[in-house]
Amino acid sequence: MKHILKILVNNHPGVMSHVSGLFTRRSYNIDSIAVGMTQDPEISNMVIVVKGDDSVVEQVKRQLLKLPDVIEVEDLAYHDCISRELVLVVVKVEDSNRTEIISICEVFQAKIADLTKTTMTIEFSGNTRQVEHFMEMMQKYGIQEIARTGQIALKYRST
Amino acid sequence: MPKTEAKISGARLMVELLEEYGVDIVFGYPGGAILPFYDELYKSTKIKHILVRHEQGAIHMAEGYARSTGKLGVCIATSGPGATNLVTGLTDAKLDSVPILAITGQVATNAIGTDAFQEADIYGITIPITKYNALIKSADDIARHFQEATLVALGGRPGPVLLDFPKDVQTELTSVRKVDKLKIDSRHYQKPPIGGDLDSFAAALNKAKRPLLYVGGGAINANASKEIREMAEKGNIPVTTTLMGIGAFPGTHQLSVGMLGMHGTAYANKAVLECDYILNLGARFDDRVAKPGEFAENAVRAHIDIDTAEFNKRVSVDYLLHGDLKEVLKALIPKVNKVDRPEWVGFLDTLKKNHPLEFDDTTDTIKPQGFLQKLYEKSKGKAIVSTDVGQHQMWAAQYYLFEEANRWLTSGGLGTMGYGLPAAIGAKFGNPNKTVICVSGDGSIQMNIQELATIAMYKKGVKILIFNNNFLGMVRQWQELFYEERFSESEWNYNPDFVKLGEAYSIKGLRISNKSEIDKALEFFLEDDDARILEVMIPAEEKVFPMIPAGKSQKDMIEFSDTVRAGKK
Ligand SMILES: Cc1ncc(C[n+]2csc(CCOP(=O)(O)OP(=O)(O)O)c2C)c(N)n1
Repeated sequence: MKHILKILVNNHPGVMSHVSGLFTRRSYNIDSIAVGMTQDPEISNMVIVVKGDDSVVEQVKRQLLKLPDVIEVEDLAYHDCISRELVLVVVKVEDSNRTEIISICEVFQAKIADLTKTTMTIEFSGNTRQVEHFMEMMQKYGIQEIARTGQIALKYRST
Repeated sequence: MPKTEAKISGARLMVELLEEYGVDIVFGYPGGAILPFYDELYKSTKIKHILVRHEQGAIHMAEGYARSTGKLGVCIATSGPGATNLVTGLTDAKLDSVPILAITGQVATNAIGTDAFQEADIYGITIPITKYNALIKSADDIARHFQEATLVALGGRPGPVLLDFPKDVQTELTSVRKVDKLKIDSRHYQKPPIGGDLDSFAAALNKAKRPLLYVGGGAINANASKEIREMAEKGNIPVTTTLMGIGAFPGTHQLSVGMLGMHGTAYANKAVLECDYILNLGARFDDRVAKPGEFAENAVRAHIDIDTAEFNKRVSVDYLLHGDLKEVLKALIPKVNKVDRPEWVGFLDTLKKNHPLEFDDTTDTIKPQGFLQKLYEKSKGKAIVSTDVGQHQMWAAQYYLFEEANRWLTSGGLGTMGYGLPAAIGAKFGNPNKTVICVSGDGSIQMNIQELATIAMYKKGVKILIFNNNFLGMVRQWQELFYEERFSESEWNYNPDFVKLGEAYSIKGLRISNKSEIDKALEFFLEDDDARILEVMIPAEEKVFPMIPAGKSQKDMIEFSDTVRAGKK
C-alpha cells in the first residue's frame, strides 16, 4: 500500500537529514520525497510517498513525531487529495515520428519545452497514474533522460 | 528576543546558563576548539569540572551520574577527535534513555565544511544517535538552544542531546540570555495527557487469572516504583523486570520473579509462558526478551509507555495506554481489583523452588555466582553496582538483588564494554556517601582502564571487581555452545597484573583464586571508603544459565539442570 505523508517541519538546514536519516536507519522504503516552503517561511512542507502496510506507516509516523523539528505529520489517503508530479523527459525524435509525438503530447496536455533535430524535451505534470501512463507512451520513442520532482499533494477542500 | 544591558561572550553565557540550570558537575576533556569555554569554566565557582582520561570516559561518567541521581548528566569535549570519542556514549544513552547534555567545541564558523584541523561534522554524525542536536551558529542563539536541549533531554522519554559550539561563537558577544519563543513543540518536554481508555484497560486486567507485570527501564525514568508496588500488591500480581528495569520493584519482594529474557531466571521466563495477561510497564519488547509472534502468545498483552513509537513496534498488543507511567498508574490503581491469587502466586512460588538459579558449587575454585551472592550479603544489598558487558554482567543481574531504583547501572541496549568503570566513577561523584561497585571482566575493564587515573586524581572510593577468566567470556560461551568450541580470538593469555596496575595509581588491590579466600577478600574490598581493585580468578568454562539462544523464545530456554542431565555442564 502506498501512503502519502505530508510533514510540516521547521525550515532550517539539517532537518532534511534528520527526516531522511530516519527512513534509512529504519529501512523504510521511500518512493518519492519533495520539499518546499509553505506560506510561512519558517516552515517547510515535505511530501513523502512510502510503501508499507498500515502498521509500518503508523510506526513511521510515530518515529517522525519524535523528531523535534517535525511539527505535524498527516497521512493523506490517496483518494482525497490532489497530487501532482512534474517530469521532464527527453525522447529521441526522427522526422517520421515527430508529428506523432506532438499529437500524443496534445492529448496529454504536455508541453514541449525544447526541440532539436534529434530530440524533444517534454514537460508533463499529473498524478502518479497519469505520469506513469505518459511515460509508458514515451517509452517507445526511446527515453534519453528523465528528471522527476517527486509527488506533492494537498487535501481536497470540503468548502 | 528580550535584551539585557551588558554583553557577554557566548562561552560566559553557556557557563552561566549551566549554573542557573543547577549543573554543579561536568565531565570533560579540553582542546583547542573549546578553550574559550574552558577559560570561563575556570572562573566558575559553582561548577566542578572532572578531568577524565578519554572522552568516552567522560560521557559514561555523565551517564552513571545521571542514572544514579536522576539528574541531567553533562559532558564536554573538543572538536573533531574529542567529539567523535563521544559517539559510543551518545548511542548508549539513546538506547537506554539517559538524559545527557554533550557540549562539543567546533572550528570557527567560517572554517566549517573546509576539512579544517580537528574538524568533524559532529552534528551530522550524531543525528541518528541523539534526541536533539544543534550547531550553534550565533551567540544570540545559545540561550534558545540551551533551553531546548535541556528540556528535550529530560522531557518525555529521556535521552542524549548535543550542542556543537564553534570557537568564534564562544567568543562572540551577546546580550540575549532569555528566550521568548522556543522552536520546538511542547510535546517534546511536557508530560503528555493520558491517552487510551482506562476503563477497558483495567477491565482486561481485572479479568485475568494469571497476570504478570513486565517492568522496564521506563519505570525507573518515570520514578514509578511506588505505584508499581502498590498495584502489584493490590492485585497480587507477580512482577518480572528487564535488565534495565532492575530495581524498579524490590528484588526480594515475594511477588518478584526476577529478570526475564535471554539470561533471565527460569521462573520469570516460565511465568511469561504461563500467564494469561502480561502488562508491559515502560519496556520495549527488546529482542533479548521477546520474540515477535511467540512472546506470551497465549496471553492478553497490554502496554503502558510514554513513547507511542514503542506501541506495536515488535510485538502486537491488545490494550495500550499512553502517558507518564507514574501518572497513568495513579489513575489506573483505583480501578484495579483487590484480589488474592493464591493459586497463581503459589504456582510461581513452586516454580521458584523447583527452578532456582543454579551453579556447580562443589569445587575449590571460585564461582562468580557464589561470589556475587556473598558480595550481596556483605554489602547488604545497599551498593550502587555498575557493570561492563559479558558474563559478569548477567551474573551480577541474577545474583545481586536491588531494593531500590537507580542503584543498578548497566549498558542494556547497546551492550557497551568499557561502560562500567566510568559509570561507577560518575555514580560516586553523584553519591559520595554510598558504596559504588564496578563489576567487570578482564576484557571489558581494559576498554576504559585509563580512568583509574581519574579515580586516583579525585580520590574517589570506587570498588572495582574484576572476574578474570583470561577470556572474552561471553564470546567463549557462544562459541562453546554454537560454534563447536572454536574459540576464535576470544582467548588471551596476556593480562596486565591488575593489582600492580592499581598500585601504579595508588589504588590498593588483591587477587584471589581459591574459595577459602572469599571472606577476607570481601572484607578488604569493602572495609573503608577507599578505592580497591579485587581480581577474582574464575574458571573459563563457567557459563551463564539459564539461557535462551538468540532469536529463540521462552520455550527454548536451557537451564543449568538441562546441561547437567546432558553431561555438558
Ligand atoms: C565495545 C564492545 N566490543 C565488543 C563487544 C562484544 N562482546 C560482548 S561480551 C564480550 C566479552 C566480554 O568479556 P569480559 O569483559 O572479559 O567479560 P566476561 O564475559 O568474561 O565476564 C564481548 C567481546 C561488546 N559488547 N562491546
